[in-house]
Amino acid sequence: MDFQTLLILAQDAVTNSAIYALLALSLILVFGVTRVIFVAQGEFVSYGALTLASLQMGVMPGTVWLLLMLAGIAAVMETFRLLTSGAGQELPRSLATVLVPPLVIAGLVKVCTPLHLPLGWQVLLTMLIVMPMGPLLYRVAFRPLADATVLVLLIAAVAVHFVLVGLGLLFFGAEGVRTPPFSDAQFQFGFLSVSGQSLWVYVASSVFIALLAWFFNKTLYGKALRAVAFNRNGARLVGISPHLAGTFSFALASAIGCLSGVLIGPVTTLYYDSGFLIGLKGFVGAIVGGMASYPLAAFGALIVGFSESFSSFWLSGYKDVVVFTMIIPVLLWRSLSTVHYEEEE
Amino acid sequence: MSERLLTVNDLNVRYGKVEALYGASLSVDRGTIVSVIGPNGAGKSTLLNAVMGVLPSRGIIEFCGNNMGNVSIERRVAQGLCLVPETRELFSQMSVEDNLELGAFTRYRRGDKGIRATLDSVFKLFPRLEQRRSQMAGSLSGGERQMLALGRALMCQPTLLMLDEPSLGLAPLIVKEILNNISSLRSTGVSILLIEQNARAALQISDYGYVLENGEIALEGPSRELANNPRVIESYLGIGGVEAKIEC
Ligand SMILES: Nc1ncnc2c1ncn2[C@@H]1O[C@H](COP(=O)(O)OP(=O)(O)O)[C@@H](O)[C@H]1O
Ligand SMILES: [Mg+2]
Repeated sequence: MDFQTLLILAQDAVTNSAIYALLALSLILVFGVTRVIFVAQGEFVSYGALTLASLQMGVMPGTVWLLLMLAGIAAVMETFRLLTSGAGQELPRSLATVLVPPLVIAGLVKVCTPLHLPLGWQVLLTMLIVMPMGPLLYRVAFRPLADATVLVLLIAAVAVHFVLVGLGLLFFGAEGVRTPPFSDAQFQFGFLSVSGQSLWVYVASSVFIALLAWFFNKTLYGKALRAVAFNRNGARLVGISPHLAGTFSFALASAIGCLSGVLIGPVTTLYYDSGFLIGLKGFVGAIVGGMASYPLAAFGALIVGFSESFSSFWLSGYKDVVVFTMIIPVLLWRSLSTVHYEEEE
Repeated sequence: MSERLLTVNDLNVRYGKVEALYGASLSVDRGTIVSVIGPNGAGKSTLLNAVMGVLPSRGIIEFCGNNMGNVSIERRVAQGLCLVPETRELFSQMSVEDNLELGAFTRYRRGDKGIRATLDSVFKLFPRLEQRRSQMAGSLSGGERQMLALGRALMCQPTLLMLDEPSLGLAPLIVKEILNNISSLRSTGVSILLIEQNARAALQISDYGYVLENGEIALEGPSRELANNPRVIESYLGIGGVEAKIEC
Protein backbone atom coordinates (compact mmCIF):
# COMPACT_ATOMS: atom_id res chain seq x y z
CA MET A 1 0.00 0.00 0.00
CA ASP A 2 1.43 3.38 -0.92
CA PHE A 3 1.25 6.50 1.16
CA GLN A 4 -1.46 8.02 -1.02
CA THR A 5 -3.80 5.08 -0.51
CA LEU A 6 -3.09 5.13 3.20
CA LEU A 7 -4.15 8.76 3.37
CA ILE A 8 -7.32 8.12 1.44
CA LEU A 9 -8.25 5.19 3.64
CA ALA A 10 -7.49 7.15 6.78
CA GLN A 11 -9.59 10.02 5.57
CA ASP A 12 -12.46 7.66 4.90
CA ALA A 13 -11.99 6.13 8.33
CA VAL A 14 -12.17 9.49 10.06
CA THR A 15 -15.30 10.48 8.17
CA ASN A 16 -17.08 7.30 9.15
CA SER A 17 -15.73 7.36 12.70
CA ALA A 18 -17.23 10.79 13.26
CA ILE A 19 -20.65 9.42 12.39
CA TYR A 20 -20.19 6.27 14.46
CA ALA A 21 -19.05 8.38 17.39
CA LEU A 22 -22.21 10.47 17.23
CA LEU A 23 -24.37 7.36 17.08
CA ALA A 24 -22.43 5.71 19.90
CA LEU A 25 -22.91 8.75 22.11
CA SER A 26 -26.64 8.76 21.62
CA LEU A 27 -26.90 5.00 22.17
CA ILE A 28 -25.10 5.38 25.48
CA LEU A 29 -27.27 8.30 26.47
CA VAL A 30 -30.51 6.52 25.64
CA PHE A 31 -29.35 3.37 27.41
CA GLY A 32 -28.24 5.24 30.50
CA VAL A 33 -31.43 7.23 30.83
CA THR A 34 -34.04 4.66 29.77
CA ARG A 35 -32.13 1.33 29.83
CA VAL A 36 -33.25 0.79 26.23
CA ILE A 37 -30.60 -0.64 23.89
CA PHE A 38 -31.97 1.32 21.00
CA VAL A 39 -31.11 -0.85 18.00
CA ALA A 40 -33.56 1.13 15.88
CA GLN A 41 -31.34 4.22 16.16
CA GLY A 42 -29.92 3.54 12.68
CA GLU A 43 -33.35 3.84 11.08
CA PHE A 44 -33.23 7.57 11.76
CA VAL A 45 -30.07 7.66 9.63
CA SER A 46 -31.85 6.16 6.62
CA TYR A 47 -34.96 8.22 7.29
CA GLY A 48 -32.86 11.37 7.38
CA ALA A 49 -31.15 10.72 4.06
CA LEU A 50 -34.27 9.38 2.31
CA THR A 51 -36.50 12.16 3.58
CA LEU A 52 -34.03 14.74 2.30
CA ALA A 53 -33.89 12.92 -1.06
CA SER A 54 -37.70 13.01 -1.35
CA LEU A 55 -37.77 16.72 -0.57
CA GLN A 56 -35.13 17.26 -3.25
CA MET A 57 -37.32 15.51 -5.79
CA GLY A 58 -40.25 17.66 -4.72
CA VAL A 59 -42.14 14.67 -3.35
CA MET A 60 -43.90 14.70 0.02
CA PRO A 61 -41.78 12.26 2.10
CA GLY A 62 -43.64 9.27 3.54
CA THR A 63 -42.04 9.92 6.91
CA VAL A 64 -44.52 12.75 7.37
CA TRP A 65 -47.32 10.18 7.47
CA LEU A 66 -45.38 8.15 10.00
CA LEU A 67 -44.96 11.27 12.10
CA LEU A 68 -48.70 11.94 12.03
CA MET A 69 -49.49 8.29 12.72
CA LEU A 70 -47.19 8.24 15.75
CA ALA A 71 -48.71 11.46 17.01
CA GLY A 72 -52.18 9.95 16.64
CA ILE A 73 -51.28 6.80 18.56
CA ALA A 74 -49.51 8.82 21.24
CA ALA A 75 -52.60 11.02 21.59
CA VAL A 76 -54.87 8.01 22.06
CA MET A 77 -52.51 6.51 24.64
CA GLU A 78 -52.20 9.79 26.49
CA THR A 79 -56.00 10.21 26.55
CA PHE A 80 -56.42 6.71 27.92
CA ARG A 81 -53.73 7.18 30.56
CA LEU A 82 -55.03 10.51 31.80
CA LEU A 83 -58.67 9.42 31.90
CA THR A 84 -57.95 6.19 33.76
CA SER A 85 -55.74 7.94 36.30
CA GLY A 86 -58.38 10.58 36.93
CA ALA A 87 -56.31 13.48 35.65
CA GLY A 88 -58.72 14.46 32.87
CA GLN A 89 -58.14 18.17 33.42
CA GLU A 90 -54.61 17.82 32.04
CA LEU A 91 -55.90 16.32 28.80
CA PRO A 92 -56.13 19.43 26.60
CA ARG A 93 -52.59 20.53 27.38
CA SER A 94 -51.19 17.07 26.99
CA LEU A 95 -52.96 16.48 23.65
CA ALA A 96 -51.78 19.84 22.40
CA THR A 97 -48.13 19.00 23.10
CA VAL A 98 -48.47 15.65 21.34
CA LEU A 99 -50.54 16.72 18.33
CA VAL A 100 -49.83 20.34 17.51
CA PRO A 101 -46.10 20.21 16.62
CA PRO A 102 -46.48 17.23 14.21
CA LEU A 103 -49.51 18.85 12.54
CA VAL A 104 -47.70 22.15 12.13
CA ILE A 105 -44.65 20.38 10.74
CA ALA A 106 -46.77 18.35 8.31
CA GLY A 107 -48.47 21.53 7.13
CA LEU A 108 -45.13 23.23 6.69
CA VAL A 109 -43.77 20.32 4.66
CA LYS A 110 -46.87 20.29 2.47
CA VAL A 111 -46.39 23.96 1.69
CA CYS A 112 -42.63 23.84 1.27
CA THR A 113 -42.18 20.62 -0.72
CA PRO A 114 -43.16 22.02 -4.14
CA LEU A 115 -41.13 25.19 -3.61
CA HIS A 116 -37.72 23.53 -4.22
CA LEU A 117 -36.12 25.44 -1.41
CA PRO A 118 -32.33 25.71 -1.12
CA LEU A 119 -30.54 22.71 0.39
CA GLY A 120 -30.09 24.29 3.83
CA TRP A 121 -33.83 24.76 4.26
CA GLN A 122 -34.53 21.24 3.08
CA VAL A 123 -32.09 19.89 5.65
CA LEU A 124 -33.93 21.90 8.31
CA LEU A 125 -37.29 20.50 7.14
CA THR A 126 -35.83 16.99 7.23
CA MET A 127 -34.70 17.50 10.82
CA LEU A 128 -38.16 18.85 11.70
CA ILE A 129 -39.80 15.72 10.29
CA VAL A 130 -37.47 13.10 11.74
CA MET A 131 -36.54 14.57 15.12
CA PRO A 132 -40.00 14.47 16.75
CA MET A 133 -40.21 10.75 15.92
CA GLY A 134 -37.77 9.94 18.72
CA PRO A 135 -39.88 11.32 21.56
CA LEU A 136 -43.08 9.96 19.97
CA LEU A 137 -41.59 6.48 19.64
CA TYR A 138 -40.54 6.71 23.27
CA ARG A 139 -44.07 7.67 24.25
CA VAL A 140 -45.67 4.90 22.19
CA ALA A 141 -43.28 1.98 22.59
CA PHE A 142 -41.03 2.47 25.61
CA ARG A 143 -42.69 4.66 28.21
CA PRO A 144 -45.41 2.07 28.92
CA LEU A 145 -42.57 -0.41 29.60
CA ALA A 146 -40.57 1.94 31.79
CA ASP A 147 -40.34 -0.58 34.64
CA ALA A 148 -39.62 -3.61 32.46
CA THR A 149 -36.29 -5.43 32.37
CA VAL A 150 -33.50 -4.51 29.96
CA LEU A 151 -34.31 -7.66 27.99
CA VAL A 152 -37.96 -6.75 27.47
CA LEU A 153 -36.94 -3.24 26.47
CA LEU A 154 -34.44 -4.70 23.99
CA ILE A 155 -37.14 -6.90 22.47
CA ALA A 156 -39.36 -3.84 22.10
CA ALA A 157 -36.47 -1.99 20.44
CA VAL A 158 -35.96 -4.86 17.98
CA ALA A 159 -39.68 -4.80 17.19
CA VAL A 160 -39.52 -1.05 16.60
CA HIS A 161 -36.54 -1.62 14.32
CA PHE A 162 -38.47 -4.09 12.14
CA VAL A 163 -41.51 -1.86 11.97
CA LEU A 164 -39.43 1.16 10.98
CA VAL A 165 -37.50 -0.76 8.31
CA GLY A 166 -40.77 -2.13 6.89
CA LEU A 167 -42.28 1.33 6.80
CA GLY A 168 -39.08 2.64 5.22
CA LEU A 169 -39.54 0.19 2.35
CA LEU A 170 -43.18 1.22 2.04
CA PHE A 171 -42.44 4.94 2.00
CA PHE A 172 -39.29 5.07 -0.07
CA GLY A 173 -39.18 1.82 -2.05
CA ALA A 174 -36.10 -0.33 -2.48
CA GLU A 175 -34.13 2.23 -4.50
CA GLY A 176 -30.99 3.65 -2.96
CA VAL A 177 -30.44 7.38 -2.89
CA ARG A 178 -27.50 9.71 -2.89
CA THR A 179 -28.29 13.27 -1.94
CA PRO A 180 -26.35 16.14 -3.52
CA PRO A 181 -23.23 17.20 -1.59
CA PHE A 182 -23.34 20.30 0.59
CA SER A 183 -20.25 21.48 -1.19
CA ASP A 184 -18.46 20.46 -4.40
CA ALA A 185 -15.16 21.95 -3.34
CA GLN A 186 -11.95 19.91 -3.18
CA PHE A 187 -9.25 21.03 -0.82
CA GLN A 188 -5.60 20.19 -1.23
CA PHE A 189 -3.52 19.92 1.96
CA GLY A 190 -0.09 18.82 0.73
CA PHE A 191 -0.56 15.19 -0.35
CA LEU A 192 -4.01 15.11 1.03
CA SER A 193 -7.04 15.88 -1.05
CA VAL A 194 -10.17 16.41 1.04
CA SER A 195 -13.64 16.73 -0.42
CA GLY A 196 -15.84 19.54 0.75
CA GLN A 197 -18.42 17.03 1.91
CA SER A 198 -15.92 15.16 4.11
CA LEU A 199 -14.96 18.46 5.63
CA TRP A 200 -18.64 19.11 6.31
CA VAL A 201 -18.87 15.78 8.08
CA TYR A 202 -15.82 16.51 10.29
CA VAL A 203 -16.87 20.02 11.12
CA ALA A 204 -20.55 19.30 11.70
CA SER A 205 -19.93 16.23 13.85
CA SER A 206 -17.16 17.95 15.82
CA VAL A 207 -19.40 20.92 16.45
CA PHE A 208 -22.24 18.65 17.47
CA ILE A 209 -20.02 16.64 19.83
CA ALA A 210 -18.70 19.87 21.35
CA LEU A 211 -22.28 21.08 21.77
CA LEU A 212 -23.22 17.83 23.47
CA ALA A 213 -20.23 18.08 25.79
CA TRP A 214 -21.27 21.60 26.68
CA PHE A 215 -24.88 20.53 27.16
CA PHE A 216 -24.04 17.62 29.46
CA ASN A 217 -21.41 19.39 31.53
CA LYS A 218 -22.63 22.96 31.72
CA THR A 219 -26.41 23.07 31.53
CA LEU A 220 -28.74 21.89 34.28
CA TYR A 221 -30.90 19.91 31.85
CA GLY A 222 -27.82 18.10 30.59
CA LYS A 223 -26.67 17.39 34.13
CA ALA A 224 -30.17 16.17 34.95
CA LEU A 225 -29.99 13.64 32.10
CA ARG A 226 -26.65 12.39 33.40
CA ALA A 227 -28.07 12.26 36.90
CA VAL A 228 -30.91 10.02 35.73
CA ALA A 229 -28.38 7.73 34.05
CA PHE A 230 -26.25 7.55 37.22
CA ASN A 231 -28.97 7.21 39.80
CA ARG A 232 -32.61 6.97 38.83
CA ASN A 233 -33.97 7.10 42.39
CA GLY A 234 -31.82 10.03 43.36
CA ALA A 235 -32.97 11.87 40.25
CA ARG A 236 -36.64 11.36 41.09
CA LEU A 237 -36.04 12.64 44.61
CA VAL A 238 -34.77 15.95 43.26
CA GLY A 239 -37.79 16.16 40.99
CA ILE A 240 -36.39 14.98 37.65
CA SER A 241 -39.09 13.00 35.92
CA PRO A 242 -37.77 9.85 34.24
CA HIS A 243 -40.34 10.33 31.46
CA LEU A 244 -39.13 13.82 30.75
CA ALA A 245 -35.56 12.55 30.68
CA GLY A 246 -36.57 9.65 28.40
CA THR A 247 -38.30 12.04 26.02
CA PHE A 248 -35.23 14.27 25.93
CA SER A 249 -32.82 11.42 25.30
CA PHE A 250 -34.93 10.03 22.47
CA ALA A 251 -35.14 13.50 20.93
CA LEU A 252 -31.36 13.63 20.94
CA ALA A 253 -31.21 10.13 19.46
CA SER A 254 -33.46 11.01 16.54
CA ALA A 255 -31.72 14.33 15.99
CA ILE A 256 -28.30 12.68 15.95
CA GLY A 257 -29.49 9.85 13.70
CA CYS A 258 -31.10 12.25 11.24
CA LEU A 259 -28.09 14.55 11.21
CA SER A 260 -25.82 11.57 10.52
CA GLY A 261 -28.02 10.48 7.62
CA VAL A 262 -28.05 13.95 6.14
CA LEU A 263 -24.26 14.23 6.48
CA ILE A 264 -23.36 10.91 4.90
CA GLY A 265 -26.17 10.91 2.32
CA PRO A 266 -23.88 12.54 -0.27
CA VAL A 267 -20.93 10.15 0.31
CA THR A 268 -22.72 6.81 0.58
CA THR A 269 -25.69 5.36 -1.22
CA LEU A 270 -28.33 4.77 1.43
CA TYR A 271 -31.24 2.33 1.18
CA TYR A 272 -34.29 2.02 3.40
CA ASP A 273 -32.44 -0.62 5.45
CA SER A 274 -28.88 0.75 5.41
CA GLY A 275 -29.32 2.49 8.73
CA PHE A 276 -29.29 -0.70 10.73
CA LEU A 277 -25.72 -1.64 9.87
CA ILE A 278 -24.52 1.91 10.44
CA GLY A 279 -26.28 2.01 13.81
CA LEU A 280 -24.78 -1.33 14.71
CA LYS A 281 -21.29 -0.01 14.08
CA GLY A 282 -22.03 2.89 16.37
CA PHE A 283 -23.16 0.25 18.83
CA VAL A 284 -19.77 -1.49 18.63
CA GLY A 285 -18.19 1.84 19.53
CA ALA A 286 -20.61 2.19 22.44
CA ILE A 287 -19.72 -1.29 23.67
CA VAL A 288 -16.04 -0.38 23.67
CA GLY A 289 -17.12 2.44 25.95
CA GLY A 290 -18.87 -0.07 28.20
CA MET A 291 -22.21 1.61 27.36
CA ALA A 292 -21.21 4.24 29.89
CA SER A 293 -18.13 6.24 28.95
CA TYR A 294 -18.49 8.86 26.24
CA PRO A 295 -14.77 9.39 25.55
CA LEU A 296 -14.14 5.64 25.38
CA ALA A 297 -17.06 5.27 23.01
CA ALA A 298 -15.65 7.95 20.74
CA PHE A 299 -12.35 6.07 20.82
CA GLY A 300 -14.24 2.86 20.02
CA ALA A 301 -15.87 4.58 17.07
CA LEU A 302 -12.42 5.51 15.76
CA ILE A 303 -11.31 1.87 16.02
CA VAL A 304 -14.44 0.79 14.17
CA GLY A 305 -13.96 3.39 11.46
CA PHE A 306 -10.31 2.52 10.91
CA SER A 307 -10.73 -1.24 10.91
CA GLU A 308 -13.66 -0.91 8.53
CA SER A 309 -11.82 1.31 6.14
CA PHE A 310 -8.60 -0.70 6.11
CA SER A 311 -10.29 -4.07 5.93
CA SER A 312 -12.31 -2.83 2.98
CA PHE A 313 -8.97 -2.36 1.23
CA TRP A 314 -7.51 -5.76 2.05
CA LEU A 315 -10.55 -7.94 2.55
CA SER A 316 -13.33 -5.94 1.00
CA GLY A 317 -15.88 -8.76 1.14
CA TYR A 318 -15.30 -9.25 4.82
CA LYS A 319 -15.20 -5.72 6.14
CA ASP A 320 -18.37 -6.07 8.21
CA VAL A 321 -17.20 -9.43 9.50
CA VAL A 322 -13.97 -7.82 10.66
CA VAL A 323 -15.78 -4.96 12.39
CA PHE A 324 -18.27 -7.13 14.24
CA THR A 325 -15.73 -9.79 15.17
CA MET A 326 -13.88 -7.02 16.97
CA ILE A 327 -16.61 -7.02 19.59
CA ILE A 328 -15.38 -10.35 20.92
CA PRO A 329 -11.89 -9.36 22.09
CA VAL A 330 -13.25 -6.03 23.30
CA LEU A 331 -15.91 -7.72 25.41
CA LEU A 332 -13.37 -10.21 26.73
CA TRP A 333 -10.94 -7.47 27.63
CA ARG A 334 -13.69 -5.41 29.28
CA SER A 335 -15.09 -8.29 31.26
CA LEU A 336 -11.61 -9.05 32.59
CA SER A 337 -10.51 -5.49 33.26
CA THR A 338 -13.68 -3.78 34.42
CA VAL A 339 -14.09 -3.31 38.13
CA HIS A 340 -17.71 -3.88 39.00
CA TYR A 341 -18.71 -0.98 41.17
CA GLU A 342 -21.42 -1.32 43.74
CA GLU A 343 -24.57 0.61 42.97
CA GLU A 344 -24.82 3.87 44.92
CA GLU A 345 -23.87 3.14 48.57
CA MET B 1 -53.28 27.33 66.35
CA SER B 2 -50.71 26.70 63.69
CA GLU B 3 -51.35 25.49 60.20
CA ARG B 4 -51.39 21.77 59.32
CA LEU B 5 -48.78 20.94 56.74
CA LEU B 6 -48.86 17.18 56.52
CA THR B 7 -51.63 14.85 57.56
CA VAL B 8 -51.18 11.12 57.34
CA ASN B 9 -54.24 9.10 58.19
CA ASP B 10 -54.55 5.35 58.57
CA LEU B 11 -51.59 4.58 56.31
CA ASN B 12 -50.92 0.95 55.37
CA VAL B 13 -47.88 -0.27 53.47
CA ARG B 14 -47.02 -3.82 52.59
CA TYR B 15 -44.02 -5.48 50.96
CA GLY B 16 -45.65 -8.35 49.11
CA LYS B 17 -47.46 -10.22 51.86
CA VAL B 18 -45.56 -8.61 54.69
CA GLU B 19 -47.38 -5.72 56.29
CA ALA B 20 -44.79 -3.13 57.32
CA LEU B 21 -47.05 -0.31 58.43
CA TYR B 22 -50.63 -0.48 59.61
CA GLY B 23 -52.96 2.30 60.40
CA ALA B 24 -50.25 4.85 61.01
CA SER B 25 -51.51 8.39 61.53
CA LEU B 26 -49.46 11.47 62.17
CA SER B 27 -49.34 15.14 61.38
CA VAL B 28 -46.81 17.94 61.06
CA ASP B 29 -47.63 21.61 61.65
CA ARG B 30 -45.95 24.39 59.73
CA GLY B 31 -42.71 25.58 61.29
CA THR B 32 -42.26 22.62 63.64
CA ILE B 33 -39.85 19.74 63.91
CA VAL B 34 -41.53 16.40 64.46
CA SER B 35 -39.53 13.30 65.25
CA VAL B 36 -40.38 9.64 64.83
CA ILE B 37 -38.36 7.27 66.98
CA GLY B 38 -38.49 3.52 67.23
CA PRO B 39 -36.39 0.39 67.06
CA ASN B 40 -34.79 -1.02 63.93
CA GLY B 41 -37.32 -2.52 61.57
CA ALA B 42 -40.27 -0.67 63.11
CA GLY B 43 -41.24 0.78 59.75
CA LYS B 44 -39.82 4.29 60.06
CA SER B 45 -38.17 4.36 56.64
CA THR B 46 -41.23 2.71 55.17
CA LEU B 47 -43.34 5.56 56.52
CA LEU B 48 -41.21 8.28 54.94
CA ASN B 49 -40.92 6.46 51.63
CA ALA B 50 -44.69 6.07 51.49
CA VAL B 51 -45.25 9.76 52.22
CA MET B 52 -42.80 10.63 49.45
CA GLY B 53 -44.57 8.30 47.01
CA VAL B 54 -41.55 6.02 46.58
CA LEU B 55 -43.63 3.16 48.00
CA PRO B 56 -47.28 2.56 47.14
CA SER B 57 -49.58 2.82 50.15
CA ARG B 58 -53.21 2.71 51.21
CA GLY B 59 -54.57 5.51 53.32
CA ILE B 60 -54.67 9.28 53.23
CA ILE B 61 -51.65 11.51 52.70
CA GLU B 62 -52.47 15.19 52.60
CA PHE B 63 -49.80 17.79 52.02
CA CYS B 64 -50.61 21.52 52.14
CA GLY B 65 -54.27 20.58 51.92
CA ASN B 66 -53.84 18.53 48.72
CA ASN B 67 -54.39 14.81 48.51
CA MET B 68 -51.16 13.19 47.35
CA GLY B 69 -52.83 9.92 46.32
CA ASN B 70 -52.07 9.95 42.59
CA VAL B 71 -49.27 12.47 42.61
CA SER B 72 -45.87 11.40 41.25
CA ILE B 73 -42.67 11.81 43.27
CA GLU B 74 -41.53 14.63 40.98
CA ARG B 75 -44.73 16.59 41.54
CA ARG B 76 -44.44 16.15 45.29
CA VAL B 77 -40.94 17.58 45.09
CA ALA B 78 -42.22 20.49 43.04
CA GLN B 79 -44.88 21.12 45.70
CA GLY B 80 -42.24 21.39 48.41
CA LEU B 81 -42.01 17.90 49.84
CA CYS B 82 -38.48 16.63 50.03
CA LEU B 83 -36.93 13.42 51.33
CA VAL B 84 -33.36 12.62 52.31
CA PRO B 85 -33.54 8.82 52.28
CA GLU B 86 -31.50 6.48 54.42
CA THR B 87 -29.47 5.56 51.33
CA ARG B 88 -28.84 9.28 50.53
CA GLU B 89 -29.03 8.63 46.76
CA LEU B 90 -26.34 11.14 45.88
CA PHE B 91 -24.96 11.37 42.35
CA SER B 92 -21.57 9.99 43.31
CA GLN B 93 -19.95 10.44 39.89
CA MET B 94 -20.85 14.12 39.86
CA SER B 95 -19.31 17.02 41.72
CA VAL B 96 -20.60 18.41 45.00
CA GLU B 97 -21.70 21.57 43.23
CA ASP B 98 -23.54 19.66 40.50
CA ASN B 99 -25.34 17.63 43.15
CA LEU B 100 -26.45 20.82 44.85
CA GLU B 101 -27.53 22.47 41.61
CA LEU B 102 -29.57 19.42 40.70
CA GLY B 103 -31.31 19.73 44.06
CA ALA B 104 -32.83 22.93 42.70
CA PHE B 105 -34.00 21.27 39.48
CA THR B 106 -37.72 21.92 39.98
CA ARG B 107 -37.04 25.53 40.93
CA TYR B 108 -34.90 25.95 37.82
CA ARG B 109 -37.75 24.63 35.67
CA ARG B 110 -40.08 27.16 37.26
CA GLY B 111 -37.61 29.91 36.40
CA ASP B 112 -36.81 30.68 40.04
CA LYS B 113 -34.11 33.37 40.25
CA GLY B 114 -33.08 32.72 43.84
CA ILE B 115 -31.08 29.53 43.30
CA ARG B 116 -27.66 31.23 43.58
CA ALA B 117 -28.66 32.74 46.89
CA THR B 118 -29.80 29.37 48.22
CA LEU B 119 -26.50 27.84 47.13
CA ASP B 120 -24.65 30.52 49.08
CA SER B 121 -26.75 29.88 52.15
CA VAL B 122 -26.13 26.13 51.92
CA PHE B 123 -22.39 26.82 51.66
CA LYS B 124 -22.70 29.07 54.69
CA LEU B 125 -24.40 26.31 56.63
CA PHE B 126 -21.87 23.70 55.47
CA PRO B 127 -18.56 25.48 54.76
CA ARG B 128 -16.95 22.10 54.20
CA LEU B 129 -19.10 21.59 51.10
CA GLU B 130 -17.83 24.84 49.66
CA GLN B 131 -14.23 23.71 50.13
CA ARG B 132 -15.07 20.49 48.30
CA ARG B 133 -17.37 21.97 45.69
CA SER B 134 -15.60 20.46 42.69
CA GLN B 135 -14.85 17.10 44.33
CA MET B 136 -16.85 14.05 43.24
CA ALA B 137 -19.65 13.27 45.69
CA GLY B 138 -18.55 9.65 45.81
CA SER B 139 -15.20 10.60 47.31
CA LEU B 140 -16.65 12.43 50.32
CA SER B 141 -16.48 11.14 53.87
CA GLY B 142 -19.63 9.88 55.59
CA GLY B 143 -20.30 13.14 57.41
CA GLU B 144 -19.73 15.21 54.28
CA ARG B 145 -22.06 12.99 52.31
CA GLN B 146 -24.72 13.56 54.89
CA MET B 147 -24.15 17.30 54.67
CA LEU B 148 -24.37 17.10 50.90
CA ALA B 149 -27.61 15.11 51.08
CA LEU B 150 -29.06 17.71 53.44
CA GLY B 151 -27.74 20.55 51.32
CA ARG B 152 -29.15 19.07 48.14
CA ALA B 153 -32.56 18.78 49.78
CA LEU B 154 -32.37 22.39 51.02
CA MET B 155 -31.62 23.55 47.48
CA CYS B 156 -35.21 22.80 46.51
CA GLN B 157 -36.43 25.06 49.31
CA PRO B 158 -38.79 22.46 50.71
CA THR B 159 -41.79 23.31 52.81
CA LEU B 160 -41.43 19.98 54.56
CA LEU B 161 -38.09 18.26 54.78
CA MET B 162 -38.14 14.57 55.69
CA LEU B 163 -34.88 13.19 57.06
CA ASP B 164 -34.28 9.48 57.44
CA GLU B 165 -31.67 8.87 60.14
CA PRO B 166 -29.36 11.76 59.29
CA SER B 167 -26.89 10.62 61.94
CA LEU B 168 -26.66 7.04 60.74
CA GLY B 169 -23.11 5.70 60.73
CA LEU B 170 -21.48 8.97 61.77
CA ALA B 171 -18.95 9.57 64.51
CA PRO B 172 -20.48 11.13 67.68
CA LEU B 173 -18.82 14.47 67.10
CA ILE B 174 -20.22 14.74 63.61
CA VAL B 175 -23.64 13.59 64.79
CA LYS B 176 -23.69 16.57 67.10
CA GLU B 177 -22.73 18.92 64.28
CA ILE B 178 -25.39 17.54 61.94
CA LEU B 179 -28.13 17.67 64.57
CA ASN B 180 -27.17 21.22 65.42
CA ASN B 181 -27.43 22.06 61.73
CA ILE B 182 -30.87 20.52 61.60
CA SER B 183 -32.15 22.38 64.59
CA SER B 184 -30.75 25.62 63.19
CA LEU B 185 -32.86 25.07 60.06
CA ARG B 186 -35.90 25.92 62.15
CA SER B 187 -35.09 29.61 61.77
CA THR B 188 -35.31 29.34 57.96
CA GLY B 189 -38.98 28.40 58.27
CA VAL B 190 -38.71 24.86 56.94
CA SER B 191 -40.69 22.18 58.78
CA ILE B 192 -38.97 18.88 59.44
CA LEU B 193 -40.11 15.32 59.86
CA LEU B 194 -37.13 13.63 61.45
CA ILE B 195 -36.46 9.96 61.91
CA GLU B 196 -33.75 9.09 64.38
CA GLN B 197 -32.36 6.05 66.15
CA ASN B 198 -30.75 8.49 68.44
CA ALA B 199 -33.93 9.11 70.43
CA ARG B 200 -32.51 11.46 73.05
CA ALA B 201 -31.11 13.87 70.51
CA ALA B 202 -34.20 13.65 68.34
CA LEU B 203 -36.51 14.52 71.23
CA GLN B 204 -34.24 17.39 72.21
CA ILE B 205 -34.43 19.14 68.88
CA SER B 206 -38.06 18.35 68.03
CA ASP B 207 -41.35 19.88 69.19
CA TYR B 208 -43.47 16.79 68.92
CA GLY B 209 -42.64 13.11 68.77
CA TYR B 210 -44.06 9.76 67.77
CA VAL B 211 -42.89 6.33 68.81
CA LEU B 212 -43.27 3.72 66.08
CA GLU B 213 -43.15 0.06 67.07
CA ASN B 214 -43.87 -2.93 64.85
CA GLY B 215 -45.49 -0.82 62.17
CA GLU B 216 -47.83 1.00 64.53
CA ILE B 217 -47.73 4.31 66.32
CA ALA B 218 -47.36 3.24 69.96
CA LEU B 219 -47.02 6.62 71.64
CA GLU B 220 -47.11 10.28 70.77
CA GLY B 221 -46.85 13.61 72.51
CA PRO B 222 -44.87 16.81 72.85
CA SER B 223 -41.18 15.86 72.78
CA ARG B 224 -40.51 17.13 76.29
CA GLU B 225 -43.26 14.94 77.71
CA LEU B 226 -42.13 11.93 75.70
CA ALA B 227 -38.61 12.40 77.01
CA ASN B 228 -39.98 12.08 80.53
CA ASN B 229 -42.24 9.13 79.78
CA PRO B 230 -41.00 6.12 81.78
CA ARG B 231 -41.62 3.73 78.93
CA VAL B 232 -39.66 5.85 76.49
CA ILE B 233 -36.87 6.33 78.99
CA GLU B 234 -36.63 2.61 79.57
CA SER B 235 -36.73 1.55 75.90
CA TYR B 236 -34.98 4.40 74.13
CA LEU B 237 -33.18 6.75 76.47
CA GLY B 238 -31.66 4.29 78.92
CA ILE B 239 -28.14 3.87 77.65
CA GLY B 240 -25.96 5.52 75.06
CA GLY B 241 -27.47 8.24 73.00
CA VAL B 242 -25.50 11.33 72.19
CA GLU B 243 -26.36 14.52 73.98
CA ALA B 244 -26.96 17.12 71.30
CA LYS B 245 -25.90 20.60 72.30
CA ILE B 246 -28.38 23.00 70.85
CA GLU B 247 -26.86 26.33 70.13
CA CYS B 248 -29.80 28.34 68.97
N1 LIG C 1 -37.82 -3.99 50.39
C1 LIG C 1 -38.36 -4.68 51.41
N2 LIG C 1 -38.92 -5.89 51.18
C2 LIG C 1 -39.48 -6.61 52.19
N3 LIG C 1 -39.54 -6.18 53.46
C3 LIG C 1 -38.99 -4.99 53.75
C4 LIG C 1 -38.38 -4.18 52.74
N4 LIG C 1 -37.94 -3.05 53.32
C5 LIG C 1 -38.26 -3.14 54.62
N5 LIG C 1 -38.89 -4.30 54.89
C6 LIG C 1 -39.42 -4.72 56.18
O1 LIG C 1 -40.32 -3.75 56.65
C7 LIG C 1 -40.11 -3.52 58.02
C8 LIG C 1 -39.86 -2.08 58.27
O2 LIG C 1 -38.63 -1.68 57.68
P1 LIG C 1 -38.06 -0.20 57.73
O3 LIG C 1 -39.14 0.73 57.38
O4 LIG C 1 -36.83 -0.15 56.94
O5 LIG C 1 -37.72 -0.04 59.27
P2 LIG C 1 -36.87 1.08 60.03
O6 LIG C 1 -36.55 2.15 59.07
O7 LIG C 1 -37.75 1.50 61.13
O8 LIG C 1 -35.64 0.41 60.55
C9 LIG C 1 -38.97 -4.41 58.46
O9 LIG C 1 -39.52 -5.54 59.08
C10 LIG C 1 -38.28 -4.78 57.18
O10 LIG C 1 -37.77 -6.10 57.29
MG1 LIG D 1 -34.79 2.85 58.41
